[in-house]
Formats: sequence, structure tokens, C-alpha cells
Amino acid sequence: MTSREDWWYDEAAGPLVRPYAMVRGRTRPNAPDLHLVTQVRASSFASDQTSLTVEHREIMALCARPLSVAEVAAYLDVPLVVVKVLLSDLIERGDVLVQTSTPKIPDRDLLQAVLDGVRGI
Amino acid sequence: MVFVGSDGQLTVPTAVKIVIAGGFGTGKTTMVASVSEIPPLRTEELLTEAGVHVDDLAGIEGKDTTTVALDFGRITINTKVVLYLFGTPGQNRFWFMWDELATGAIGAVVLVDTRRLDSSFPSIDFFEHRAIPFIVAVNCFDGSQLYTVDEVRHALDLDEQIPVILCDARDRESSKAVLVELIQHSMNRLAAV
Ligand SMILES: Nc1nc2c(ncn2[C@@H]2O[C@H](COP(=O)(O)OP(=O)(O)OP(=O)(O)O)[C@@H](O)[C@H]2O)c(=O)[nH]1
Ligand SMILES: [Mg+2]
Repeated sequence: MTSREDWWYDEAAGPLVRPYAMVRGRTRPNAPDLHLVTQVRASSFASDQTSLTVEHREIMALCARPLSVAEVAAYLDVPLVVVKVLLSDLIERGDVLVQTSTPKIPDRDLLQAVLDGVRGI
Repeated sequence: MVFVGSDGQLTVPTAVKIVIAGGFGTGKTTMVASVSEIPPLRTEELLTEAGVHVDDLAGIEGKDTTTVALDFGRITINTKVVLYLFGTPGQNRFWFMWDELATGAIGAVVLVDTRRLDSSFPSIDFFEHRAIPFIVAVNCFDGSQLYTVDEVRHALDLDEQIPVILCDARDRESSKAVLVELIQHSMNRLAAV
């Protein structure tokens, strides 16, 4: 456990500093619920990306195919809380589409599909 | 499916998940790795010292925070469905994280190492209390399979409906069989209610 000072300001934190700094102090008003497995995908009608930060553009590139919030965070190598703020920005712009339902227990048909799928791998 | 945004052309798959739980070093990450189609990914969640999510970065500088790492893997079932496998964090105190992992999950595999049975008690308690379908998979570390399935069931004081199976978390077919057992158990539970 690092102290708050180390964690936040230490130069050694390196790449963490920038994403944290970017979203620092930010809230996510009206943001959709983003869970670990919530699927996100870049819109094919994305707006002009020149005003976006590098991290936002990286997310757009990653999400050319549908991915979960957890995958985006892992590939971008930033904590989930940071990626959720960045994703919310893009969702607000209409650049990223999101599955809005909260994770719910699968019904029988879905379980059967998962069972068949797992048997087939 | 419903989306925020007006792009009617694109769809996203339905995501489902399975939790791989168990005590420290019972083979959770190994099992995720052996069935995942991608090398396991790792992501970090920021929590307060009390184990609560930090969901709002405003004022975070004033809070004591800690990170908890999650390992997960992925199996693309078909174009419409994707399955995620989440290993639970080793530290049991992050129950808040467990709640997020368990919400909407198909169910959980509780991995057990018979040399340290008690290390998996908290996982079993967690899923029992929340009525989340789970099975127990005994990870057979080389030559350490000290007990029979019945002895394990007895030692863990498990209900007789809870499946207990032996596995080798390093082996893909064995881990697949564990997932199949869990999904079937969840289907049976669904049929029973
Ligand atoms: N012999 C043998 N070793 C195994 C087996 N499964 C896992 N291991 C080894 O046991 C160690 C722990 O496995 P992990 O998969 O990291 O366990 P874990 O549950 O993710 O551990 P934590 O996340 O630290 O709680 C590793 O060195 C594995 O290589 C098994 O079935 N047989
Ligand atoms: Mg692990």
C-alpha cells in the first residue's frame, strides 16, 4: 500500500500519472452504468476525432470491435475507474455505443448457447 | 438490444460471466488461462481502504485508496454471445468487488486445494449466502489428492445438490469439463425455481 502522496504525485508512477491527471476531479454526470462486462463499440459515424486526446483515440481504435469495459481498461493499461470516465466522454459525444442493460442472470436459452459454445472450444 | 446513440447498424454481443473463486493459490488464474482464448488480462480497480468502489474521481486525493487486481479471460461463444471468466482477487476483504463480479453471473467455480481446505471456506460462504449457483472443483496438485470427493463434500459441509468434481486447472479439457458442470448446474437450478 503506497501512501496517497506516492500514489498520486510520484514520478515513478510514470504512465499512470497522465490518465489520472486527465480525469482528475471529474465526475460522470448522466453517465450510463458501466460494469466490468458491459460491451462498448465505436460508432461507425464517429465525430471528428482531432479534438480527442490520445487515450480517447486509442479507445476508439480498440473498440472497432465490441469489447467489454474490463478489456478496454486492460489493453489501455489504466485502472477501471479511469477508463470509465474516458468512455463516458466518448459515449456522451455519441462516438461510442454501449449496451445499457445491467448484467442479469442469463435465461435458459442463453445458458444453452453458452453450454454448447464451451463444449465446442 | 438497446444502445445509447443512434447508430442502428451496429450491435454488441450479450456478455455473460463466470466467477472462478477459491482461496489463495488454489489455481484460479491457471484455470482462467487454460480455457481463455486470449492470454489472461489484468485490470485494476481502485477501492477505498474500506473496500468500497471509487467511482468518482472528484475529491479522491483526500481518500486512502488501494488497488485490487483482477485476472480475466474470454471465450467468444458465437457472434452474439461472449463469456468472460473472472478470477476473484486473492484478498478476501474486498467483498465489494466480489459483489460486482457475482452480479448477473452464470455462477461460480470454487477451486479447492485439499492441502488447505479452509482457505476456500469464505468463497463457499459468499456464494451460499447470496444463493449464487456454484460448484466445487478440487484442483489436484501433483500427488496431493488426499481425499475422495465425498470426503471433501463432508469436510466442506456442502449440500448434496452442490456438485463436487476433481480437476487439473492446467489442463484445458479438464477446465472445460468444470465449466460445463457449472453451466449445467445453473440450468438445473433455473429449472427448479
Ligand atoms: N501441480 C499443479 N500446480 C498447479 C495447478 N494449478 C495451479 N498450479 C500452480 O499453483 C500455483 C498457483 O496457481 P495460480 O493459478 O496462480 O493460483 P491463484 O488461485 O490464481 O492464486 P492467487 O491469485 O495468488 O490467489 C502456480 O504456480 C501454478 O502453476 C495444478 O493443477 N497442478
Ligand atoms: Mg491469481
